[in-house]
Formats: sequence, C-alpha cells, structure tokens
Amino acid sequence: MILKASRLALAAAVLGVSALGASAEGFTPENPECIAPANPGGGWDFTCRQVGKSLQDLGLLDKTVQVVNLAGGGGGVAFAEVVNKRGDDNDLIVAASTATATRLAQGAYPGNSMDQVRWLATIGADYGVIAVAADSEIADLPALLDQIKNDPTAVSVAGGSAVGGWDHLKVLIAANAYGIEDVRTVKYIAFDGGGEAVTQLLAGSVQAFTGDISEAKGFVDSGDIRVLAVLSPDRLPGEFADFPTAKEQGVEAIGANWRGFYAPGNMSDEAYDAWVAKIADLYASDSWKETMAVNGLAPLDLQGDAFQSFVSDSVAQIQAISKEIGIIK
Amino acid sequence: MDTLASLADGFAIALTWQNLALALLGCFLGTIMGALPGLGPSNGVAILIPLAFTLGLGATPSLILLTSVYYGAMYGGRISSILLNIPGDEPAMMTCLDGHPMAQKGMAGQALSLSGIASFVGAFFATWGLIFLAPQLVKIALLFGPAEYFALFALAFMTLGGVSSTNQAKSAFAAALGLGLAMIGVDTQTGVPRFTFGEVHLYDGLDFLVAIVGLFALSEVFIFLEHRHGNASGDAAKVKVGRLTPPMSMLKETTPTMARSTVLGFIAGVLPGAGASLGSFISYSMEKRLVDQNGKTFGKGDPRGVAAPEAGNNAAAGGALVPMLALGVPGSGTTAVLLAVLLSLNITPGPLLFTQNPDVVWGLIAALFIANFMLLAMNIPMVGLFTRVLMVPPRILMPIVAMVSFVGIYGISGSSFDLLVMIGFGVMGWVLRKLDVPLVPIILGTLLGNSMENNLRRAITIDNGDWFTLIDSPLSLVLWAIAIIGFVLPLIVGRKVKAQMHQNRDEEGAISD
Repeated sequence: MILKASRLALAAAVLGVSALGASAEGFTPENPECIAPANPGGGWDFTCRQVGKSLQDLGLLDKTVQVVNLAGGGGGVAFAEVVNKRGDDNDLIVAASTATATRLAQGAYPGNSMDQVRWLATIGADYGVIAVAADSEIADLPALLDQIKNDPTAVSVAGGSAVGGWDHLKVLIAANAYGIEDVRTVKYIAFDGGGEAVTQLLAGSVQAFTGDISEAKGFVDSGDIRVLAVLSPDRLPGEFADFPTAKEQGVEAIGANWRGFYAPGNMSDEAYDAWVAKIADLYASDSWKETMAVNGLAPLDLQGDAFQSFVSDSVAQIQAISKEIGIIK
Repeated sequence: MDTLASLADGFAIALTWQNLALALLGCFLGTIMGALPGLGPSNGVAILIPLAFTLGLGATPSLILLTSVYYGAMYGGRISSILLNIPGDEPAMMTCLDGHPMAQKGMAGQALSLSGIASFVGAFFATWGLIFLAPQLVKIALLFGPAEYFALFALAFMTLGGVSSTNQAKSAFAAALGLGLAMIGVDTQTGVPRFTFGEVHLYDGLDFLVAIVGLFALSEVFIFLEHRHGNASGDAAKVKVGRLTPPMSMLKETTPTMARSTVLGFIAGVLPGAGASLGSFISYSMEKRLVDQNGKTFGKGDPRGVAAPEAGNNAAAGGALVPMLALGVPGSGTTAVLLAVLLSLNITPGPLLFTQNPDVVWGLIAALFIANFMLLAMNIPMVGLFTRVLMVPPRILMPIVAMVSFVGIYGISGSSFDLLVMIGFGVMGWVLRKLDVPLVPIILGTLLGNSMENNLRRAITIDNGDWFTLIDSPLSLVLWAIAIIGFVLPLIVGRKVKAQMHQNRDEEGAISD
C-alpha cells in the first residue's frame, strides 16, 4: 500500500513538473552559478556539484553550472553575500540544508532571516540515525535512552556537528521524546564531521553515534556499526527497510536533514519558476533516484511555496527546541 | 599474490593513452599550483573538478587526473619554499628552513633535485604501504582516541625546539601566538563564538593559507620595500644557482633520513586529523633530534633538513589516502575534496570499497605510481628552468609575488575580508621578523591549535572531567614519553653547546632559526 501511494505521489509529481516546465520555458540562466557556502568536500559542496552535473547530464541546462565555494560563518558569509550584494541575480542558486535552517533559527547569521531569500526546492533528505558499535550490549533505542536517563555520565554520544548543531539536536529530540527531563545532561561530543565521529565509535572512545544515514551507510554495510533507530516517520524504502524507526520503539522523534537550494530574494518570478521546474525535473529523473539510493538520500519532494512553508515551520520548531535546551534565550 | 594481480589489473585500466595524457596534464598543473603561494593541493584539486566533469570523464580517469594534481602539488610546494623562502602550501613550510639557506649558499639546483628525489621516495613507498598495509593501517587509526590525539599534538609542540635553534623563548612565544590565533571562531564544543567581535567572516576561524601567505609572502615584499634603496638589484646577483644535480655523497648521506621520514610521514598521514603538515613537521624535528643534536647544521642549509620534510609530506599524502579509501574519513584537506569527488561519481568510500569497486581502487593506485614516475621525470630536468626564478631581479619578482598572493587568496575564498586579514598577517610578519621571532611556530599553532584543544576537551568530557584519562592507554604513555624526552634532552645537550650557539645567533635571519 505504502509503495503504491508513493508511486502515485511520484506520478503526480512528474505531471506537476511537466506542467511547471511548460510555463517556465521563458527563462534560461546564462551563466548558471551555484554557491556552496563551505569549503570543497562537505555536504553543501556535494549538493552543488552533484546537482550541477546532473542538470547538465540530463540536458536541463546546456551550460556547466559554475560551483563557487564561499565558506565562512557556517554558511553565514554566503547568506549575507546573497542578501546584500546579489539580491537580484537570476542565475544564482545556493546550496542549503537543515544546518542552514538551524543557524537561521538560532540567530547565528547576525542580522539575517529566512525571509530575505526565496526557497527553491529540495533534492532529498538524509534522515537521522542513532547507532552503536556492532558489538555493543545496547539492544535498542529505549535501552540506550534508559542508560542515559539513569546515568547521563555513562554514555557519550558522538556527532559531526558543533554543540547546538543538527546532529546534537537530533539526539536531544529523541531524549526529549523519551521523557528525559533535563536534556542538557546528555553528554554530546562534537567531532569534525560524521566520518570522524563514526571512527571514534569504532575505536571505542564513545558509546553511541548520532548522524545522517549517508554518513553511517558504509559502516552498516560492512557490519561495523548497528543502527538502533532511524528518525523517520515510516520505515525507509529499499535497503534501509531493516532499520527500525524510533517511532515504532515508542519514541516519537523525527529528524530529517533536508538538502536543497535557496535563491536571491529579488530573483524574478520567471527565473524562480524556471529554477524550481528544473530542480523538480531533476528530482523526478531516474538517474537522480540512482544518485539518491547510492548516497542514502531518502525521498523528500518539496518545491516552491510548499518548500517555503516547510522551511518556515522547521525554523520555528528548531527555535522551540533550542530555547528549551537553553542554546538561545 | 592476489594483491599483485589486482595491481596488474589496475595498471591495465590506468595505462591507456587518455589516462596517461590526463596524468601528465594533472602532474604539470599540480606542480604549478603547488608552487604558487596561496594555491595548495586542496584548491588545485577543487579548481579542476569542473574540468573533469565538463570533459565527461568516468570515475577512474577523473580520479587519475585529480590525484595527479594532488601529488603534483605536493611536489610543487617545495619550489617556492627553496627559491623564495615562501612556502607554496602549508606542508612545504618546513622545507623553507633548510631549503632556502641551501639556495642562498648557491646550492639551489641541488636542493631542488634532492627534494624532488625525496618527494619521489616518500610518495613511492607510501603508495606501496597503501597497497599492502591499508587494512591493517586502519586498525592503527582506531587506536587513536581523543586522548591519544592530544598526546600526539603535544608531542609536536614539545619538539618545537627542533625548529628553532637559537632563542627558545621566542619560538615559544611564536607558538603561543599561533595557538591564540587558532582560538578565533565558533567553539565547536560549546557553539559559542570567540574573539569574533560579531564579524561573521571570523566564525569559521582564520584560514591558515591566508595566514601563511600573509606571514611569509607579503612580509617578504614588505622587507624588500624597506631595503629597496640599498641593494635592490644586488641581492639577486649574489645568489648562484650552482650545479643542478646533487652529488652521490649527498644522496648517500640523506638516504637514511628519507627512509625514516617516509615511515613517520606515512603514519602521520594515515591518522585522520593529523595530515601532511604534521607529517612534514614531525619528520623534520625528529630528524633534527636524531642527527643534529647540537643544532649546528639544521636550519643553515643541511641537505638532510630538505630531504626529511619532503619525504615526510609526500609519504603523508599517500598515507592520507588510506583512511579516505578504507574508512571514508579524509586524512587531510585534499582528501576531503577527493572524497567529495568519489561521492559525486556515485562511489561510496568505506570499508567495502575494495570489494565493491576494485577497478576504481586499483586503477587509482596504479595511477599514483604513474603520476609519481612522471613527476620525477618532469621535475629533475625542470630544475634548471625553476632556478631561473632566482635570476629575476627582486624589483620585478616582488610585485609578482604580491600579485600572485592577492589573486590566489581572493580566488580561494572570493572574499575581500580575507585579503585584509592577509595584509594584517603581512604586517605582523614584518614586525616579527624585525624582532627575530620565528614564523614557523605561529603557523603550526594556528594549524594544530584547534584540533589539539578539541581533542583535549573531548577526552576530558568523555571521562567526566577526569584528567588521568590523558595517560590512560599504553599508546598515549608512549607518545608522552617521546614528547618529554624530546623536550628535556635538548636542554641538557644544549647547555654543552651553548657557547657555540650564541656565536651563531647573530648570523641567522628570523626564518632560518
């Protein structure tokens, strides 16, 4: 049933896309550019490069998308640049993710807010996972959270983001949902990226790992780590179907790291619609499904206005959690 | 034997005309990018990614092109270190210490050839290490928890005396300054911005490439401006190029050095979070501890001081591919970029890469060998060409250096704020040179400071504030023991030769300390 429903949704998406595509033929970017607000090698860089390459491969763009790495301030430098200097650039898109929403919610881009740009579309989501080493005695998510509840000092949870960042918030959302009163007691250790955090889990320095599926996938395949819970509403399709959700273990926690794009705030409607249509076409293509499968990206299909309101909801949600745990006042 | 058969398959994949041409192109571009201050291996690789995509290359050819650039840049970094005393990228910093004094003594050609050979040796054996030891080496990386990493970084700083042979207090000051600069930015362990003054550009901390180019290249330009009345053209005439190839005796003398440095550098490369810079640094200071305990020759143009860091950093470049391929964890900035390329080619690095994509892995390894031989063949004959740089009068050379610095830094970040930071560092470098403060420890401080601090705090947090966790494992005890011996020994030995060192102090410039 679930499969059927998603197929229907997909068909609807394809239809919707072709309709949009027809209306947006008026605009073609002359020098398409994608800003990755981080140094080469990270998730945003991947988003820009992979999407840029696929757009060209699929013939949706006839020019190569120029990827510009504008690192700094966890994306804040790029955000400020787009808002202040490139506000009406029709050829520009910028990679974004939950981390962007998190920082906007926590006021970490001084003087900037999410209304200053136009949110284009998502290209998929990385659902959060909580994992332990394969030989760990902890059997499931409630067992881990019980241990933390009884003695927070006994369990160190490693993640790839800074304190207050998305990897940290995910484990706090789960702890909160399980009824741990003071989530600030949860011992979170920040590493430089999910890869390093997994390595430390294997090395035995820490007891649990919080991160994205894509970071954990290789190690799950090799049998080195075991996923306790995936923070998705339902079980994921395909090879990830074996992972139990937090929800089915009685922990109402959902955490998706979406990946997508925003565009300058004064981009013309024509250009905005054209970009939305192109990314939607890309999302609907078979080759993108392959890319998503290989990289552990789960379906998350939001475009235009739907995406705009999704981001605004998620900013509000993150603001609420951050206030609760005292990261912002 | 399976391994060798797989390697032969790899060569079968890599040895096509197209791939050889790509390797040649990559080596050439990489060498140039490495030599230009500001452009390092990671930017070099990042710049060429679009080229690989535009050409529609498959996974193996793309990797061949990009790893050739990587190895090429590791080779090229030494050129400007030796000739101009300006490191082309951060791992080449240590090569300045003895490479430039050699050039000043009229041995520029020999220094370049020797460092080319040392680079080859380091990279060649590191690639063999990658082939045979990758699965076992991953286990070494897993021995290093936060406490062990902290001990490793402490070791690096405690052997700092190996860099500075004259005034220990000044190099300690320089290291402290570097550590202080590293504190700028958002603290990952608490999420609180430190010393950023609300400036969003500073949230990610200072980019050490900006610091290096400012401290070394711009301050060189400032010094030239200051002295231009006196000896603007005379300076160049004094430098002789000398013979181009090192004599056999020099090769013989440096062979054990290369062997030791290759091993050390390779291990440093294998550890994610240490990287090539630490590889070249530890190789240099350990070598100095070992063969030059009195501080007589290192820092004054000792060929061993050129061979050690070059073998070390190129071995580390090979070593850094081990965790990238086998764990999906980048061991250096450049491998982080290569990792991203693999991902965008739909290849997931990780424990199963060797079984799932053997053609990619072995094609890549074969390409490394090919690139390495190409680089050796390209670099030795080109030494004569490179040394011509010394013939350029400073009044022409220095504006070019300034221009390349500005363009390079702007090209990386696209932000004019970084240019201002670079100028700030340039002025700071000029003042510090006047005060005879060595510059290398400052860069080391900024380079390693964050990792050192984070690992200390991770270790302490994991063990709930118990400081004994730092000496809890045999490995960290061994690292601390080496660090303490490295720190105390020169104090004892140093006293004996204090008189001699005092005599030498005035003759040396700040950088060659």
